[in-house]
Amino acid sequence: MSTRESILAAVLKNQPPASPLPDLSFLKGNRQNLVSTYQAVFTSIGGNVFVVDDLAAVNARLLENFDPTKRLVTTLPDLGEPFEVLSKMANPRTFNDVELAVIEAQLAVAENGAVWLPEHRMGQRIIPYICQHLAVVVRAETIVPTLHEAYAQIGPGDYGFGAFIGGPSKTADIEQALVMGAHGPITMTVFILQ
Amino acid sequence: MEKATKDHAALAEAFNRDEEHVNWHDGALWWIRQKRDIAAKNIPEWEQLRETASRIKSNVLANLHDYLLEFEANLTKNGVTVHWAADAEEHNRIVYSILKAKEITQMIKSKSMLTEECHLNEYLIERGIDVINSDLGEYIQQLDNEPPSHIVLPCIHKRKEEIGEIFHEHLGTEKGVSDPTTLTRFARWHLRDAFISRRAALTGVNFAVAETGEYVVCTNEGNADMGAHLSDIQIASMGIEKIIPKKEHLGVFLRLLARSATGQPITIYSSHFKKPRPGQEMHLVLVDLGRSRQLGRPDFRDSLKCIKCGACMNTCPVYRKSGGLSYHNTISGPIGAILAPNLDMKRHADLPFASTLCGSCSNVCPVKINIHDQLYQWRQVIVQEGYAANTKVLGMKAMAWTLSSPGSYSTIGRAGRWVLNNIPFAVNNKFNPWYKQREMPDGPKESFGEWYAKNQGDNGSEKV
Repeated sequence: MSTRESILAAVLKNQPPASPLPDLSFLKGNRQNLVSTYQAVFTSIGGNVFVVDDLAAVNARLLENFDPTKRLVTTLPDLGEPFEVLSKMANPRTFNDVELAVIEAQLAVAENGAVWLPEHRMGQRIIPYICQHLAVVVRAETIVPTLHEAYAQIGPGDYGFGAFIGGPSKTADIEQALVMGAHGPITMTVFILQ
Repeated sequence: MEKATKDHAALAEAFNRDEEHVNWHDGALWWIRQKRDIAAKNIPEWEQLRETASRIKSNVLANLHDYLLEFEANLTKNGVTVHWAADAEEHNRIVYSILKAKEITQMIKSKSMLTEECHLNEYLIERGIDVINSDLGEYIQQLDNEPPSHIVLPCIHKRKEEIGEIFHEHLGTEKGVSDPTTLTRFARWHLRDAFISRRAALTGVNFAVAETGEYVVCTNEGNADMGAHLSDIQIASMGIEKIIPKKEHLGVFLRLLARSATGQPITIYSSHFKKPRPGQEMHLVLVDLGRSRQLGRPDFRDSLKCIKCGACMNTCPVYRKSGGLSYHNTISGPIGAILAPNLDMKRHADLPFASTLCGSCSNVCPVKINIHDQLYQWRQVIVQEGYAANTKVLGMKAMAWTLSSPGSYSTIGRAGRWVLNNIPFAVNNKFNPWYKQREMPDGPKESFGEWYAKNQGDNGSEKV
């Protein structure tokens, strides 16, 4: 018998009697004040959040804080100069010098501050992790109360990779002291488009 | 790496020699427990969420065979190569063969307790493959040649000065530098090169969705993603119990996991891996390593519901004051003490006794595992199977004889009171294990039985 067959046989022999799946329909979040809840939670995680009217405001705000001579990339052609629209074909290792990446989320979750990014919105899978700083655009109407509403919208999803990202990369492995920027971005900024 | 020459009590005693350090460790973990409480109280339906999670996991255990087949079929459809491993040796051999086929000699790994259990690093290093643990805490433990002491916080037992010294010795940082931000930045810079240059990455798995064939990896550092998305060969290792039936169940588990672990609303990164990127190879190894045997133990199978949040460790008074390494098992703390005897009952016979049975672990468990009941039940099994320590067996026999005979009970009780009151030095010494870290009490003048006989008349009326 192969390992696969012997494991499956042992599992079948030892698994307990049937136990039905529980009902999840009671799990619903509060739809009130989604934008302000999101802002409060994301700020408490250590993220920055701004409510803006359009991509021009995003561009202006970012250029106040980032050096345009460094590598600034985006998946959003409408973000304008000096942002480089990133290539989906490039070797992912070539993004190691990215200072700032600007991408747009499919939705955001008010209860935990996370944004949902299927890979086509990342441009490349590595982008939101390898950049020194991450900025994510979220449309206000796409903010949902909890993960339950988020997964209902995501459905099976036709992505090969997708992720919730809820703040800058962090670690507290040394004496529980919180440090931003363990391996991924040192800061994360969310722009809520009204 | 695991040193099983000493039992939990002996290792805990060694840990307790530095009182200031123990108090700090105790406080650091209790602080995380408090953060967990605040996070849990922010969710009004928290208790229903725990109950729901527990029932989803009950369904998983009852249908694991079919879910494994469904998961495997979907992985294959998604272009992921599936492997099955019965034990640690087979798991390690599979990982090695994947790397060898591509002539890869360097791998980067994110946190995976399963590969710690399998001693994968040692196996690969012996065969000329260099492995780096990229989670900061695990990286520090690897530099120091020690296993992780906590499943979520691998080096929680180390002070920053010790870590500074390790960095100085192995990475050449300036002597005396112990600032957490400075050390973290140095590791970030150092490991960036490894992420960029290594062609193979291995991750653990937090949740595997049978319905879609995707698996979810949760980190705060982003190290699993840095490794995976820069690799040509991506490998994931998972225990067969990590399956969940449907994608919508992720909503339940991800709401519970980080809140229970560290009090965060969600881990920074919850990555859903489904298909390899163009030009990349993805492999997934399904590992049994005792899981199917534990599934067949009705009293203990619920331990397989564990989502590895570590909440039971942070709350446990014994863990907090003895340190994770005193459990001499990859998974330490209360959950480790109910998982380990299944793997090797003789070697881990001491662990179910490393508990006060206070029940705090069961109260914080996000999937409602009855951990303290199982600790108690393992004690029965271990004594029956003849694996209990001799002193415990003798003690219990003496106790059973005393308690089963009213005559000997009252005689021994009288003798005990006389000793405490007249020759306390006979018990207040290092030969009495109950005297360690304790003062023996003053003996009462008389027992309840003696008082009752004196104060109660034959007709049941009170004399006083």
